[in-house]
Amino acid sequence: MGIYQYDTIDAAMLEDRAAEFRAQVARRLSGELTEDQFKPLRLMNGLYLQLHAYMLRVAIPYGTLSGAQLRTLADVSRRFDKGYGHFTTRTNIQFHWIKLKDAPDILDALAKVGLHAIQTSGNCIRNTTTDPYAGATAEELDDPRPWCEAIRQWSTFHPEFTYLPRKFKIAVTASAKDRTAARAHDIGLKLRRNRDGELGFEVMVGGGMGRTPYLGPTIREHLPARHLLSYLAAILRVYNRLGRRDNIYKARIKILVASLGAEEFGRQVEAEWAAMDRAAVDLPDEELARIRGAFGLIDFETLPPTSAAFEVRKAQDLAFARFARNNVLPHKKAGYAIVNIALKTPGEVPGDCSADQMDAIADLATRYSFDDVRVTHAQNLVLPHVKLDDLPAVFDRLSEIGLAAPNLDLISDIIACPGLDYCALANARAIPIAQHIAERFAEPDRAEHIGELKIKISGCINACGHHHVGHIGILGVDKKGEEFYQISLGGSGAEDASIAAILGPALPAPKVTEAVETLVETYLSTRQEGERFLDTYRRIGAAPFKEAVYADAD
Amino acid sequence: MPTLIRLQDGQFVEAENLFTSVTDEDPIPTDGGVILSLARFQTYGAALLDDGRPVGVRIEPAERVEDLAYDLPRLALVAPAFPKFRDGRAYSTAALLRERLGFRGEVRAVGDVLREQAYEMVRCGFTAFEAADGSTPEQWAKAARVFRHVYQAAADEREAAFVERLSPPLPPGLGFAEPEDKLRGGGGAAQRAVTEGARPGATKADAPSTAFGGPPPPLRRGG
Repeated sequence: MGIYQYDTIDAAMLEDRAAEFRAQVARRLSGELTEDQFKPLRLMNGLYLQLHAYMLRVAIPYGTLSGAQLRTLADVSRRFDKGYGHFTTRTNIQFHWIKLKDAPDILDALAKVGLHAIQTSGNCIRNTTTDPYAGATAEELDDPRPWCEAIRQWSTFHPEFTYLPRKFKIAVTASAKDRTAARAHDIGLKLRRNRDGELGFEVMVGGGMGRTPYLGPTIREHLPARHLLSYLAAILRVYNRLGRRDNIYKARIKILVASLGAEEFGRQVEAEWAAMDRAAVDLPDEELARIRGAFGLIDFETLPPTSAAFEVRKAQDLAFARFARNNVLPHKKAGYAIVNIALKTPGEVPGDCSADQMDAIADLATRYSFDDVRVTHAQNLVLPHVKLDDLPAVFDRLSEIGLAAPNLDLISDIIACPGLDYCALANARAIPIAQHIAERFAEPDRAEHIGELKIKISGCINACGHHHVGHIGILGVDKKGEEFYQISLGGSGAEDASIAAILGPALPAPKVTEAVETLVETYLSTRQEGERFLDTYRRIGAAPFKEAVYADAD
Repeated sequence: MPTLIRLQDGQFVEAENLFTSVTDEDPIPTDGGVILSLARFQTYGAALLDDGRPVGVRIEPAERVEDLAYDLPRLALVAPAFPKFRDGRAYSTAALLRERLGFRGEVRAVGDVLREQAYEMVRCGFTAFEAADGSTPEQWAKAARVFRHVYQAAADEREAAFVERLSPPLPPGLGFAEPEDKLRGGGGAAQRAVTEGARPGATKADAPSTAFGGPPPPLRRGG
């Protein structure tokens, strides 16, 4: 499948929203609205007031961009920002240096290519995320994106669910290997078939990060796919009515599910669902088919499973071979591959991408990947459908723009939130810590020797950097005005999901990289054949790591 | 005093408020319509209704509107409360009143009611609004009409995009169904009397007719 094409109705929704916001900004600039009155309105359009300027968060629905959309993002960053954007763990993009008066023009420019900032903030249903390899990986049961699009439409300006107790995030996965961290979401959906072959979803509810991390329990093993929206509506209605509103830190659905118990919560959802007029909510088969059809079909060529050009270059060029080994994954079609572009060049800001880089990637997508780019929750980009024959050309171009770091899922592929460099909520900086660790482990042989190791860094307890599900999680805390960092081990956002456990007392910033080094050395000296860092930790427990890190304390 | 704005026959109009909102500490006035809390209604409601008084019930966000189901045919109005505009529970209350409990009378938004919520309120089935921000019927009409299309079915009669897409294209200018030219109330004699009584004093907003009308079930074309 290609990319969902907006019809006139989809386009009109964006135009109407942009026009409404233009009028609201005019009322604010003229003084008719105070900042207090304007705040909820701008937040509904993804416009935050941060430490230094306004930040605009643009939605990238289920992480899929066309070349034209990515070029528009590049253009916006050049015209209205400082020439770069920041891809987030929700597969959105943020511009950190926006002027209020420009915001309506930006939204107009975005709307022209089907992009928007709708529901990228506020206590509503946020952008749905999915597997960045959707439609490209042979692992998946079926393409999850039509369901993501159905959720996008249903949740857009949903009148009943715009003022929820707290924000609400949904992820959809369709592979055994979970690249969405489904259980760490308010709702995680996993596409599956039952014994009769009927397509459906496993429904997980009540996962989340923040100050109280939970993995969402399954409340339904198999929901027939055609009832997805009515079932979501039932969950949302139970949450809207019963979720806590007295304490912002206890308002997420995870707290409700934990306090009622998954069984009782599930029972209430089933009761609500049973009483609901499902036919009014669920999409008819014709509409599901229309959505699927609007993605179009990709005209893959029939190719041999190997490529001489690819093999020759691999044999001749160690750097290319390393890139192929780490960043290139098998495709469902013979002769094609999935190419990961890590926005994690050691020393750079995780997730940042310059306008020139965006343009270059858009051109690569148009020329080599059926005009399709994906954003991952690890703040990387993906060219999902590249011919093996074209890999050398793609690699060369990525090298030219400084984005050929061969470190996917390795120690320097670090997730980090914007932290105290930008964010008004942060207690500590996240970016410099990520940069420092990545530079320490920049030597690619060593990084490969260490193997898969996911470091995730959050600048505050809100956990936008997903530190709870890092193999090594790092949380910035404020101790009497100084930045300290709490280290946790053993988390995972994948199909073997787990919450990381705190290792010991927080460390001052200069000690963090040293501590990571010690953790890695401990792992390397005790690992068994084929073990990742996470596997070794799970086998031997925290004690050896703790002893090593805190050996010279006191 | 908040302005009372009412949505009738697809138009937003300013209306005279014929109901006294009574807190649990206030004495109940000796005549005219009253809006009581759920607890107070359960104690005094029957007697007031026996006297022929129009009675409405205020539903606080934490209260279950289902508890009112048996009394709904006798009520002139139900008033889901917004203690803060960000408290969205009243949207579910209104939606349940319309979609599940079949209430056809007035559903009135009370509390922190701002015109920015017009779209959500109308779609969830509210038909009267005690606007706390001094806004006008014209502003409500505009705010409720921000979007030419809607993606999901709700308690109003707007056609969801997926139904529109199934339908044959309409002639130009007929994007919305015309509202029926009759009273949309149906909550019993008391409701009818009060609503009709309010009409002569109301000023009609000069807004074009739309389908943001009241509670009758949506007309589903082609679905």
